[in-house]
Amino acid sequence: MLLEINDLHVYYKSYWYTLKVLNGVWLRLDRGERIGVIGESGSGKTTLLKSILKILPQNGMIPRGEIRYDGKDILKLSGNELSKIRRKEIGMIFQDPMAALNPVFKIKDQLYDILKYKMMIEGHNPSSKELYEEASKIFSDVRLPDPDRVLESYPFQLSGGMRQRVMIAMALISAEKLLLADEPTTNLDVTIQDQILKLIHRLVMQKNLSTILVSHALGMVYQMTDRVYVLYAGDIMEEARTRELFSHPKHPYTQLLVASTPRLSSVGVGEGIKGKLPDYRNPPAGCRFAPRCPYVMDKCINTKPGKIQVNREHVVSCYLYD
Amino acid sequence: MQKTSVQELKFIELERKIKRENWRRMWFRFKKSKLSILGLSMILVLLFMAVFADYVAPYPSHAGLHIAFKNAYKPPSLEYILGTDMYGRDVFSRIIFGFRYAFMMIGLVLSLVAPTGVILGLLAGYYRGTVIEAIIVRLSDIFISLPPLVLALSIASILEPNIFNAMMAVSLMWWPWYVKLTYSMTVSLRNEPFILAAESQGASTLHILFKELLPIQLGTILTKVTLDAGWIILIGAAISFVGLGAQPPTPELGTMVSEYSKYLPEYWWMSLGPAAGIILIILAFNLLGDGIRDVFAGE
Amino acid sequence: MQDDVILNVSNLRKYFNTTEGVVRAVDGVSFNVEYGETLALVGESGSGKTTTGHVIMGFYPPDDGKIIYKGIYDLSSPMKKRTLELKRDIQIVFQDPGTSLNPKRMVKDIITLPLLVHRTIEKKRIYEKVAELLEYVGLSEEFMFKYPHELGGGEKQLVAIARALAPQPSFIILDESTSALDVSSQAKVLNTLVKIQKELRLTYLLITHDLGVVRNISQRVMIMYLGKIYEEAPTEEFFKSPMHPYTQMLLSSIPTLSEDDEKIKPKEIESVGEIPSAVKPPTGCRFHTRCPFAKPVCSQQDPPDIIANSGHIVRCWLYE
Repeated sequence: MLLEINDLHVYYKSYWYTLKVLNGVWLRLDRGERIGVIGESGSGKTTLLKSILKILPQNGMIPRGEIRYDGKDILKLSGNELSKIRRKEIGMIFQDPMAALNPVFKIKDQLYDILKYKMMIEGHNPSSKELYEEASKIFSDVRLPDPDRVLESYPFQLSGGMRQRVMIAMALISAEKLLLADEPTTNLDVTIQDQILKLIHRLVMQKNLSTILVSHALGMVYQMTDRVYVLYAGDIMEEARTRELFSHPKHPYTQLLVASTPRLSSVGVGEGIKGKLPDYRNPPAGCRFAPRCPYVMDKCINTKPGKIQVNREHVVSCYLYD
Repeated sequence: MQKTSVQELKFIELERKIKRENWRRMWFRFKKSKLSILGLSMILVLLFMAVFADYVAPYPSHAGLHIAFKNAYKPPSLEYILGTDMYGRDVFSRIIFGFRYAFMMIGLVLSLVAPTGVILGLLAGYYRGTVIEAIIVRLSDIFISLPPLVLALSIASILEPNIFNAMMAVSLMWWPWYVKLTYSMTVSLRNEPFILAAESQGASTLHILFKELLPIQLGTILTKVTLDAGWIILIGAAISFVGLGAQPPTPELGTMVSEYSKYLPEYWWMSLGPAAGIILIILAFNLLGDGIRDVFAGE
Repeated sequence: MQDDVILNVSNLRKYFNTTEGVVRAVDGVSFNVEYGETLALVGESGSGKTTTGHVIMGFYPPDDGKIIYKGIYDLSSPMKKRTLELKRDIQIVFQDPGTSLNPKRMVKDIITLPLLVHRTIEKKRIYEKVAELLEYVGLSEEFMFKYPHELGGGEKQLVAIARALAPQPSFIILDESTSALDVSSQAKVLNTLVKIQKELRLTYLLITHDLGVVRNISQRVMIMYLGKIYEEAPTEEFFKSPMHPYTQMLLSSIPTLSEDDEKIKPKEIESVGEIPSAVKPPTGCRFHTRCPFAKPVCSQQDPPDIIANSGHIVRCWLYE
């Protein structure tokens, strides 16, 4: 078991109110597994990833829950140990490459920084020649042509696809054990997206990396993961093997999501889901999907359903299956 | 037909209710900060004193020409709160009348400068790439590059130095800043989809300028107007201080500081009074300006 | 034949002068849109599909070519010079819900503007008409008094659609209108668009990069790449037998959700390369730098239009 999250609560506190975003998230990941977390924007998926690396903004707090990584409780680790993990073990691909790349520094500077800090942990102080060789190797891994030019460029001089590849390269440097990907291909053209996804797939297989792919793009999650969690408004609603989840979704939210996605093989888009995400300042007391659920019952409004095992490996959080 | 108009009336009433709600919310945002309330109260008090100076001031006749040498150079006392000046006039009363001139200046300058500047800025930004923009922008650039005091000096040498001409001078150097502010905001908004949508639906230019572009900029402009008020007093006082503005015996705050500074340091209360008055007004407008900014901050 | 055509575009060109050179955004595009259909204009970034839509709307004048609306109106004049009637009849729904509505204006005022400009309704009945329009797109009348920041992305787009419908147009350009929405909002908006199309006899030009959406609501598809159209076909035909290598590359790149969908994807071709710069596009067929089937002639000459089936046109030397 590489990563185990139990009953994770994450709140964002401000002067006037508290946003209770994550409401008891549970998740587990074995070594070498590729899991996905499906969630629309605002569901808390980025919050979840940031909690794992403990890079929540200042007003983010974790009042309850635990994150066990490699046997250690991340929330209780010291600054030094956390640093080590961030530099060498867990890497993250962010949604917007321009958010992860500093626009006023050349790619070379940013990349070398990451490499250097990682090598320093290994007890090694690299020379600039070594850094250059290492960087070229990584660039060829991510199929970036013309590494010399890219290294000397500023982020704005590269195309979207190239920036994404640079960010993947940077994430992979620090990801020896676990790769976190937050919407790694939004904003990219679909043909470029395809190349990037295949690239990530190849590298993940090659290095036997465990991955958590977080996205609202169901198709991408279907293609890239073995097991999926469905996250709605800070609660995990369903967990299953990927093929199983998409062919036999059990939770009403999942069913509606899958039905609403336009298909290539048939015509007709679902009706969509009425309503909106709840207000995190005052979230529903029971099941957070209850206000929008077509099958809502009284008990759904009052208490949150627990984890119900429907099948081997298929878990739902819904009273319909009680 | 009867049924329809009842429906319409219902909607009209609803809209009024919602708009009242919005005003209430704005006020709520304003009064969240105690300092803003303080600023507002100070302005209201000073304004009251300015308007009713004849009744509020203990010695209203001392405002202008008044000579009573036996009362001259008296330090602050119960009778003369801030003492008397070299002609025996009550400094405190004169300051209250000074507020009147201060508000007059602010009112005149801002009501000239703000609307003109904003309209020119909107036009220049909306008609980007045309002669209109070029003319307006170049013109304001020219005026901005003229040193304010030199401008005031030139005006004073052409016209006689008095408070009205001082205000004209201040207006002339102030208006380009409103053009610049509005122009840059308009340029950045000009090609936003919602403006293109309005244009593509055939909205008139007047509508786009005043009903689409201006409302978005109103918050920034009002904040600037409020904060400018303090600066205008300061510049006006500076102009009077060098003798180009209000002439004695006019009880303008800057003029008084100038006149009375000759009597420092023994008769310190004379210049302290008007200087404190200036500081008070500037402080009040700054606090108010912070409040106004907070109201529009969420946008 | 001509009576069926609401919009005729021939040889449209639009270039932009930039610091890096001249961007040939739209470089010789011709097509017809028929009354009542949904024609999808598909492409990735740099394809010129958005520029085409914007030129039709009049945001820029074309550099060459003709655009004829309803057989008589010449749309090569920019927005400012167009008649009020044209502005009423052709509407657009933008991509980003966050910027297509003025944040300082109430929904009611946003929708009232076209009503007043075109005098579609008397002032006495404005509120009623706005409520009617909102209801038509599936929003309750209380949305009238809300401001854009109180609405979700999907709701904002529905307001944008209501605004577009207000002057009773005939032709609506949907410029990536659902690309910024989550799957649920997208479904609601698409369903609304389809429902009202028949009732109000609207014609849609759907500009998008999302082939899933295309499959579901359009009758005909056109593929653009770097300023030119390379394939055009009825939707079902398009997905069943895509001919152009770029089309095949596009289709094979779509992340699908099910085995059935997977089967539709062409297997022979995989995505390679980056989209070249529009400042110096490749010579001849612009796709030849990424095409696995490129022949020498592809880099020398622009391929001609080849009619494969009725309604199915490819621009590729492979099918000569």
